[in-house]
Amino acid sequence: MSTLYMDESLILQDIQVDTKEEVLQLMASTMQEQGVVKESYIQAVIDREHHYATGLPTQGLSVAIPHTDKEHVNRKSLSVGVLTEPVDFVIMGEDEQSTPVKLVFMLAMDESHAQLSLLQKLMGVFQDKELLAYLASERDKTKIIAALRDVLD
Amino acid sequence: MKKRVLVACGTGIATSTIVNEAIETMCKEHRIDAEVLQIKVSDIPAYKDSAHLLVTTTIVKERYPFPVINARSFLTGVGVEDTKQEILEELQK
Repeated sequence: MSTLYMDESLILQDIQVDTKEEVLQLMASTMQEQGVVKESYIQAVIDREHHYATGLPTQGLSVAIPHTDKEHVNRKSLSVGVLTEPVDFVIMGEDEQSTPVKLVFMLAMDESHAQLSLLQKLMGVFQDKELLAYLASERDKTKIIAALRDVLD
Repeated sequence: MKKRVLVACGTGIATSTIVNEAIETMCKEHRIDAEVLQIKVSDIPAYKDSAHLLVTTTIVKERYPFPVINARSFLTGVGVEDTKQEILEELQK
C-alpha cells in the first residue's frame, strides 16, 4: 500500500470563512497547487459534498471528511483544515440537519478497497476527543503531522 | 437463505469500506452466512430485487423493498452498539 502523503503545506490553520464551499475551495485548491490532486478535484469535491454530505458530529468537536472519486487524484494524501470559527456542514446521511465543523480532513484517495486500515485509523482519530482538540489548537504544523503519523502509520 | 447486504456510500471507496469491514466482522462473530457487497449509492437500484438489507452512510431518498440502516455511527463511534444491534436483528430474521 502506498503511503499517505502529508505535508505542512497541506495543514491549513486560522481558516476564516463563512461557508463550507469556501473552505472546500480553499483546501482543494491548495492540494491542487501541491500537485496531489487534479484541477477537476476542486469542483468534484464541492459537488460531492452537496450530494453526499460528510459532516460528522463526534463525542468531541465536529469534523468533516470531504472526498471524491479517485480519478481526480494524483497522490493519496490528507489535508487538514482548522477553522477559526466553525462552519456548518450537513451531517453525513442526513437531508438538512447540519453540524458546526471545526476540523476538516480532506481526503484524496487513489485506490478502491485498499485503504481499509488507513480509514479505520482515521475514524479512530474521530473517536478520540482529546486528539481532536489537540489538532484544533496546536500551532506547530510539524507536531500536528507527527501526531497524525503516530496514529495513521 | 443467504442474505445479501448492500453497503453503500457516495464513492463506494471511503466510508463504505469501514462499514463493510465492520459488518463482515459481525457476521463472522455471529456465524451469519451473508454476502456483503460494497457499492456506490448510484448502484443500489441494480440490486433492488436481490438484496435483503441496505446499510449506508449517505442519505437514500428512494424507496426500496428492503430495510435501510444508517451507519454513520461506525465512523464516529457515537451509538455504534445500537446500530450493530439493529443490523444484527435484520440479519437474524
